[in-house]
Amino acid sequence: MADTKVDQMSVSVVEGPSLMTGAVPKQDDWMDVPAVFKPGNYCYPGKESIVAYIDKNLPGGLFGEPRTWEVESDDWKLPENWKEIIIQGMKDRLDKFRSFKVFMDCCVRCGACADKCHFFLGTGDPKNMPVLRAELLRSVYRNDFTKAGKILGRLAGAREMTFGVLKEWFMYFYQCTECRRCSVFCPYGIDTAEITMMARELLHLVGVNTNWILEPASNSNRTGNHLGLQPHTFKENAEFLLDDIEEVTGLRLNSLNFNRKGAEVLFVIPSADVFADPGIFTFMGYLLLFEHIGLDYTISTYSSEGGNFGSFTNNELMKKLNGKMYAEAKRLGVKWILGGECGHMWRVIHQYMDTMNGPADFLEVPKSPITGTVFENAASSKMVHISEFTADLIKHGKLKLDPSRNDHRIVTFHDSCNPARGMGLLDEPRYIIKNVCNNFHEMPENTIREQTFCCGSGTGLNTGEIMDLRMRGGLPRANAVKHVRDKHGVNMLSCVCAIDRATLLALMGYWNPGVEVCGVSELVGNALIMEGEKERDSGLRFEPLAGMEGDDNAV
Amino acid sequence: MRVLKSLLIVLALVLVALLGAEIPGGSILFGIVIPYVALFVFVIGFVGKVLGWAKSPVPFRIPTTCGQANSLPWIKQNKLDCPSTTAGVIGRMLLEVFTFRSLFRNTKAEIVDGPKLAYGSSKYLWLFSLMFHYAFLVILLRHLRLFTNPMPAFLAALEFGDGLLQVGAPVLYQSDIVFILALSFLFLRRVIMPQVRYISLVNDYFPLFLILGIGITGILMRYFIRVDVVNIKQLTVGLATFSPVIIGQIGSIFFVHIFLVSVLLAYFPYSKLMHAGGIFLSPTRNLANNSRMVRHINPWNDPNIKPHSYAGYEDEFREFMVDAGLPVEKELEPQPEAEQAPAES
Repeated sequence: MADTKVDQMSVSVVEGPSLMTGAVPKQDDWMDVPAVFKPGNYCYPGKESIVAYIDKNLPGGLFGEPRTWEVESDDWKLPENWKEIIIQGMKDRLDKFRSFKVFMDCCVRCGACADKCHFFLGTGDPKNMPVLRAELLRSVYRNDFTKAGKILGRLAGAREMTFGVLKEWFMYFYQCTECRRCSVFCPYGIDTAEITMMARELLHLVGVNTNWILEPASNSNRTGNHLGLQPHTFKENAEFLLDDIEEVTGLRLNSLNFNRKGAEVLFVIPSADVFADPGIFTFMGYLLLFEHIGLDYTISTYSSEGGNFGSFTNNELMKKLNGKMYAEAKRLGVKWILGGECGHMWRVIHQYMDTMNGPADFLEVPKSPITGTVFENAASSKMVHISEFTADLIKHGKLKLDPSRNDHRIVTFHDSCNPARGMGLLDEPRYIIKNVCNNFHEMPENTIREQTFCCGSGTGLNTGEIMDLRMRGGLPRANAVKHVRDKHGVNMLSCVCAIDRATLLALMGYWNPGVEVCGVSELVGNALIMEGEKERDSGLRFEPLAGMEGDDNAV
Repeated sequence: MRVLKSLLIVLALVLVALLGAEIPGGSILFGIVIPYVALFVFVIGFVGKVLGWAKSPVPFRIPTTCGQANSLPWIKQNKLDCPSTTAGVIGRMLLEVFTFRSLFRNTKAEIVDGPKLAYGSSKYLWLFSLMFHYAFLVILLRHLRLFTNPMPAFLAALEFGDGLLQVGAPVLYQSDIVFILALSFLFLRRVIMPQVRYISLVNDYFPLFLILGIGITGILMRYFIRVDVVNIKQLTVGLATFSPVIIGQIGSIFFVHIFLVSVLLAYFPYSKLMHAGGIFLSPTRNLANNSRMVRHINPWNDPNIKPHSYAGYEDEFREFMVDAGLPVEKELEPQPEAEQAPAES
């Protein structure tokens, strides 16, 4: 749990001296306000051995010199020419990414983005306004890459790259979750996610990094998944859940299998779904669904991670980790790929995968073997989202559903940032929920769909050492949930993201006790009427169903 | 401080023009040479900037999806906020450029006891930005009368429309009022709202004062300080036809006006004012959301970045995989008879 008690935090976010609460910082110029690291406001740096492993597997100096360093120290053991590396790195990226170049030039500082950022709303820290976050980088850009900046210096908003600036970058580009909410409101579509990506790439070049991102990335490279589960453990974990399914439904599923050649569909999930509560219930939902429709699928232990922590470092590592999906689909000879519920995984799949690792010409255009629907929207990438797949099944009446089995749930739906603003997956999950639940309530309209608020812990910020920050960043989301909890008695926050399932759990526990978190597929699993099942008296997490609460034999 | 600095710079520019136009040859310098140079800098700078942007590729297809995507046929797509076709993108861009659609979404957030976040509609920025830009456009178009002879019919219509209220003599243009009003709002907003004041740079105040200066000198010239319109038209038509001459007295207020305009032109390509060009090249707005349908090509995609191979993975874990009953590509090598274990130490 967070270090600060919730009562104290509740007062602090409203009354604390911050730009959100109307207090104007003393210093007239933000450039004069130094970034100060204290325990709790930064993520721990990458372990030397982890950085060395990644550097060995993805050579090219992208991750700097492996070393042990302290964030609070004034000696980060940077390479001697670190400034040159940063400036050269900026130049390279300006030449490679039009987004970066245009976004560096055309901001007018209208401030429309300012109060759109969950981190600003929760912390009131001026440098968490997206515009100022970008200015941290833009000021250096002006200094080294624009005529006005070169001649006029600070008068033109330019400043030199210094260690102080580097510290600022490390602080504030790790208080951005690349959720893109600001870019919805920006009149020029300036996307802070792009800017944060660039800044993080630059920081990595000089070996400034966080372990919470690099260790899962290195695990993913070696064992196939973030958690570092080796193949036999991954299999065991997944199979263990068959016991739970049997207990709830009375059915022993036979369809779960791994690394099977010739399956029609390769199913890729965020690995947390076989390991962590409440993701495991989502996983049970997937398995019940596939059994129900008799899908010919397989799960790979080699490509056992849908998520991509590489995407939180640089485009190169993102590509390397993502490459496993197509490689494995090819090796197994499947026809197409189905993807589980995960946010940033789908940002990568939807907007990057085909470009980086395609063309997937060895696969077929995805076609549902049950309904015959051809997923034209995935004609090139050959990968379909489980919500698209499930919505199609329901629409065609292929699922036998008993929504009353979710009657003990009063559900709302959290749009995860990436599927919402990097994909446009909004109505599919809602359609599913409305068919498998009887009680569904939307949160207020400027907190859902394309205006959804981040859980506050995306892009590898879901680590324990910055709990206070996470609870602050997640406040806008939690507040909207609280609204429907108080108004409609909502007790279940559903989502289609594995990071959400982990982080919203902590967030709800902190701000809205009593609200649980689930994946949409868990609700599907609860509602599915399986052939030959026993009469269910509990849901997939052994919670009693509505009307069964008094039954002592429920478990 | 930053406000004051910007204001002083603009006042200094006014002074330069006032004094400069009085020195011998000053009217030639400020009326002909500087405007030409400024225009040249503007064109070269603007084109250079846009070409510079265009030179960098768009490696990934990254539209910000602001509505339901093209998905299953029975799910209604939001074709304007999440376009999947070129036509949709054009629609999105037109709305963005002509109606500032993204800014129209603007809200204002407040935090109150609870803690509770409250969001209110906030359309002022949108409204005044739109007013400013359209008033500027009308004024620019009206100025075409100075460069054309005879004047095209649409200009007469525009002038008539702009002066429809028939107030005052010479007739008061509504666009002038709207222009000054909107600019003043944008300035006041910048100074009063703590968030915006904190982020504002000289780069933000300077163009505001500069444009305000242009507006004020223009209005002074039309309504209050007499200038010789015939002489001015002779000069401006001359400028447009590359045969400029200055005959007789024009009035120094004109030189201030045209000097500030020249500064604006020359400043434009090197400033945030380039948002006018940037909006068209913004990859989060000008791309279709079809990246799973059509493969987007990244010219610098590195084919040498390959995933950790399956073979390498199986080599590392083969024994475990076989034990766990997972299929493998290469069976375990038959274990040679266990060698004598080295003497335990």
